[in-house]
Amino acid sequence: MMVLILAVVLIPLLGATINGLFCWFTKRKAHIIAVPAIAIPAIVSLILLARVLQGERFDQVLYWWIPLGDFRVPIGFLLDELSAIMITTVTFVATWIHVYSIGYMDHETPRGYAKYFCYLNLFVFFMLTLCLANNFLLMFVGWEGVGLCSYLLIGYWYEKASAANAGMKAFVVNRIGDFGFMIGLFLIYKHLGTLLFSQAFASAEQLSVGVATLITLLLFTGATGKSAQIPLYVWLPDAMEGPTPVSSLIHAATMVTAGVYMVARTHALFNMAPLSMEVVASIGAATALMAATMALVNNDLKRILAYSTVSQLGYMFVGVGVGVYAAGIFHLFTHAFFKGLMFLTAGSVMHALHGELNLQKMGGLIKKMPITGWTFVVGALAIAGIPPLAGFWSKDEILAGAFMGGHRIIWAVGTFTAFLTAFYMFRLIFLTFFGEPREKHLYDHAHESPPVMTIPLIVLAVGSAVVGLLALAPHGGIVGFLNRTLGEAHEAAGHEGGLTYILMVISVAMGVAGVVLAYFMYMKRMPDPVAMARNFRPVYTLLYNKYYVDEIYFAFIVNPVVGGSRYALWKFVDVIIIDGAVNGVGRLCRLVGGGLRYIQTGFIPDYAWMILVGAVVIYWIGRLF
Amino acid sequence: MNVTVPMPNLSLVVPEILMVILACGLLLVDLFIPKDRKRVVGYIALAGVVVVGVVTAAFWGKMAQPATTFSGTFVLDRFALFFKEVFLFTTGITILISLKYLEIEKVSLGEYYALMLFCTLGMMIMVSGADLIVIYLGIETMALSVYVLAGFMKFDHKCTEAALKYFLLGVFISGILLYGITLIYAATGSTQLAQVAAVIKEKGLAKNPLLVLAMFMLAAGLGLEIAMAPFHFWAPDVYEGAPTPITAFISVAPKAAAFAALVRIFYHGIQLLEPQWQILLWIICAVTMTIGNVTALMQQNVKRMLAYSSVAHAGYILLGVLAANQVGVQGIAFYFFAYAFMNMGAFGLVIYLRRENIVGDDIDDFKGLAQTHPLLAVIMVVFLLSLAGIPPTAGFVGKFLLFAAAIKAGFYWLVALAALNSVVALFYYFRIAKAMYMQSPEPLPQLSPGRGLVLALVVVGVFTLFFGIYPQPLMSLAKDTAHTFMMFLS
Amino acid sequence: MKDAYWPLILVLLLAVGFGVVAVLMSTLLGPKKPDPIKLSPYECGVDPVGDARMPFFVHYYVVALLFLIFDIEVVFTYPWAVYFKKLGLFGLLEMVVFIAVFLAIFIYVWGRGALEWE
Repeated sequence: MMVLILAVVLIPLLGATINGLFCWFTKRKAHIIAVPAIAIPAIVSLILLARVLQGERFDQVLYWWIPLGDFRVPIGFLLDELSAIMITTVTFVATWIHVYSIGYMDHETPRGYAKYFCYLNLFVFFMLTLCLANNFLLMFVGWEGVGLCSYLLIGYWYEKASAANAGMKAFVVNRIGDFGFMIGLFLIYKHLGTLLFSQAFASAEQLSVGVATLITLLLFTGATGKSAQIPLYVWLPDAMEGPTPVSSLIHAATMVTAGVYMVARTHALFNMAPLSMEVVASIGAATALMAATMALVNNDLKRILAYSTVSQLGYMFVGVGVGVYAAGIFHLFTHAFFKGLMFLTAGSVMHALHGELNLQKMGGLIKKMPITGWTFVVGALAIAGIPPLAGFWSKDEILAGAFMGGHRIIWAVGTFTAFLTAFYMFRLIFLTFFGEPREKHLYDHAHESPPVMTIPLIVLAVGSAVVGLLALAPHGGIVGFLNRTLGEAHEAAGHEGGLTYILMVISVAMGVAGVVLAYFMYMKRMPDPVAMARNFRPVYTLLYNKYYVDEIYFAFIVNPVVGGSRYALWKFVDVIIIDGAVNGVGRLCRLVGGGLRYIQTGFIPDYAWMILVGAVVIYWIGRLF
Repeated sequence: MNVTVPMPNLSLVVPEILMVILACGLLLVDLFIPKDRKRVVGYIALAGVVVVGVVTAAFWGKMAQPATTFSGTFVLDRFALFFKEVFLFTTGITILISLKYLEIEKVSLGEYYALMLFCTLGMMIMVSGADLIVIYLGIETMALSVYVLAGFMKFDHKCTEAALKYFLLGVFISGILLYGITLIYAATGSTQLAQVAAVIKEKGLAKNPLLVLAMFMLAAGLGLEIAMAPFHFWAPDVYEGAPTPITAFISVAPKAAAFAALVRIFYHGIQLLEPQWQILLWIICAVTMTIGNVTALMQQNVKRMLAYSSVAHAGYILLGVLAANQVGVQGIAFYFFAYAFMNMGAFGLVIYLRRENIVGDDIDDFKGLAQTHPLLAVIMVVFLLSLAGIPPTAGFVGKFLLFAAAIKAGFYWLVALAALNSVVALFYYFRIAKAMYMQSPEPLPQLSPGRGLVLALVVVGVFTLFFGIYPQPLMSLAKDTAHTFMMFLS
Repeated sequence: MKDAYWPLILVLLLAVGFGVVAVLMSTLLGPKKPDPIKLSPYECGVDPVGDARMPFFVHYYVVALLFLIFDIEVVFTYPWAVYFKKLGLFGLLEMVVFIAVFLAIFIYVWGRGALEWE
């Protein structure tokens, strides 16, 4: 089993190394290395999943890094139900996104092409490390690694100022979260004396509630950064500056879900801290609602999807926050399929329209690109929670869990968000694919993408349609499977009984209502959206400007910090104190170095004298002691 | 008069015997190889080094206990074996990076490789010396070969100057070393380390001024090859002038040999003078690190910069000697392999940049390397990270061990100083990285690297990373080394 | 213990005495007809006084060096020959190795052309 796990982790690294080191050689053929480097792990992951299904489990320290006395850093892997689901999802989606990239990135320079695949493989390596780590430190390595790859890939077109800025923003915002995560790790090591999951969780009950709350809140801070939750969600929409397959893989399907995974993984700690759980669930619900409302009025194809991702991540946090961890991970799993799919279709549309992203300039595209269009509809139906597609099952599990757990308000917010989700998704569909083309010129040049791009779309569409049915599998379905590891904080009161069905009907009704409303507004123009926007101008403006959060951050955090740093820090602390100190040290070093340079005359007699004098001086200093 | 000749156990010197045969044979073979095919000599030398390396490694299992021969003047233990492997590895890599370089410099002479093998032989004897005379013999064998190698490009003024400086200072210090040995003999009546130690213990000579002076002179004698302050003055001039592969070689192998001899003499010979030599090494360590790093900041020539950096590294390694515990010896052993990887690699890069009329040792020659040769730039960054001691590289693990050993022994201030020094070191290492990544390339003649050089770079690059991520195999070997070495002490 | 050194001192005194007596005798008894060539110190034909930085024929020194090495080789064989029987087979082998090394040097020197005098 160890061999298989190592294969899963290391083959992508091998692919990245080959493409990274030999990009001058692989060039346009980079995908010949990169795609198998993900496809093979995908197959191996399935084998591993099958073995986990049979009840096998793997938790072993591979080796200790620098073993020295008490200080030991473990390098080891943990394969259980949770990580098995994670790696299968990651590798499967990543495989198809790699295939898709072959078509999507064909305009790049040969070397850029190889570099792109190198980063992508490297990302998968770190993501798998994150998922399979059996200790906090290795997980943190993966955590930082995916952040690095995300930063590199957002700024892939670094000549574009907006891309470079977006990369920087993602980096800085994530650092804030990671800082919290790191302090959390220190506290865990301090209080539990170990970094291994198995030992830490086994002794978690020794923690006092206060310490557990502090640790889990710090960990959750890390999660809000990586998984784009309030208040650190602002980087994700900007991250759409990267190539679309990257948005699909990293900023929708996998990396951003790392926070959810981490919370689920450390559930033993969260179970000790009810307050933290409340915080997680509340932040999740608030984020879900807020992001959905922002998506309502946006006109940028990818940004809508980005807000939708933020919103769906909110759902996942609601799931893990109310204690139905398995449901949260289940949603993560289905979301990877349909959100990955939708981003890829968006990429396909961009590819056809030469990078155009404005919905208002599209329309009627389904005639030109039927595969893209219909697969998107499948994805949208899945996210809207229309049965029997994937999103319905997982979202329903979360909402049911929230309701049963007594979180009625959160349930209501989630259900309302489901309505909004259906609405904005179908608004997007009707504006893009149906109705009359609004820009004749763009429409005429549109074309269906090549098979190398459409086949992944079809595969993921089929996935989005059917993976939800895993909920119906024997022994409690996928949720029951995950619960073998996660174990609910409190039993979700069974899924039988009339109440469950009522909840289900409500959420489906919400979804359908959203779709219908979107149909009337954007196909029939009643009520006319433009008039609506005029009538509710303040609300519209507020939403259109994304609640001015970016502006608020700028006004209250960035500008004061920058201004403060400019005037207080830069002008005073920096210029006078730090620069003074640094320059002073530098000058001292240079002075000493310069002085020493004079000693280095190049004449042998001088050297001999120097040695003698130096030796005598040292001898006499030595005698002083 | 009755003469009894004790039959020495020759099986313990098989690696050395093989080395002599190889080196002498190479001299003869060289006579029959035409001038334009001298590369073949290099290949033979390389193959021979690999064979000797394998033979030496075969001793490892048997040497859980040290064994002596030649009436106790020659000792074979894991400590010696470990260092012999360091020398052989360094020699192998040096041969690989020399193949093309010698052709570019038009000094393809077979003697080059033979001298290198003699030098290696000297170092192998040196680390096995259990008698001061044998150690001295090893030092001279090594040093004489190195003097010639350093001046191998005899039409290059800088090169001959470097060789002459090295020779003169070497002879000067060699005299001091010998004087130290005679003083030890005068005080204890023996030059054999074990007997020296016994006499010191027996007669309570730990504070004997004669011995303290002798200790000082021995440190000075070995300090030249170690390049520790204030015996480091030759290093920058010689490193800059010598042929680059030889620079790489002398920055690693003789330093390792001298350290090994120093550790053996100080731990096994005059260990009772520990309070005295701790003070001495404490001062030298602090001065060496600081001088090396501070002066390196000012350098524009990469070879010179690496020379000062190697002085600084000598300072870090002294931490391990100073600690005088098992982790310290483990750290020294590990560090030398790590240091061989990264330093050979960094110098290899300089050789790679050697092209028509450009030595490739100016920082400006590294400009824009990331654009023209991204692969090279990445490998160089690995070496720089390792030299600066940043994970996940072998350099970090080595430094970690040394620092940990020193902390364990209670040298907190010195470790703090070393940590500060590591920060200073970042600046000049990253000047190279900055030149590679932040500056645009200048139009220069094409590079024409040899296959041997590429192979060497890949090997050391992979090792640098591998033993940074998975240091355990090397660490456990180093641990065994330290364990048997320190066991002998108590 | 100290008695053991008496013969040594005696030999020393004898040697010094013989040298002093010989020089004294020749100065006292010999005829003196000085001329500049006779008065100049004997230096193997090299002008003893002058600029030390004159170019010299390196080859000359190479040959001298080689002579020295092979001379020492021969010197080493004397004590070995004296104790040949007692040293036995091991002694013989040692000497074979010793000579073999010199043979290698000889071949090398020859092959390199160090023995050719233009």
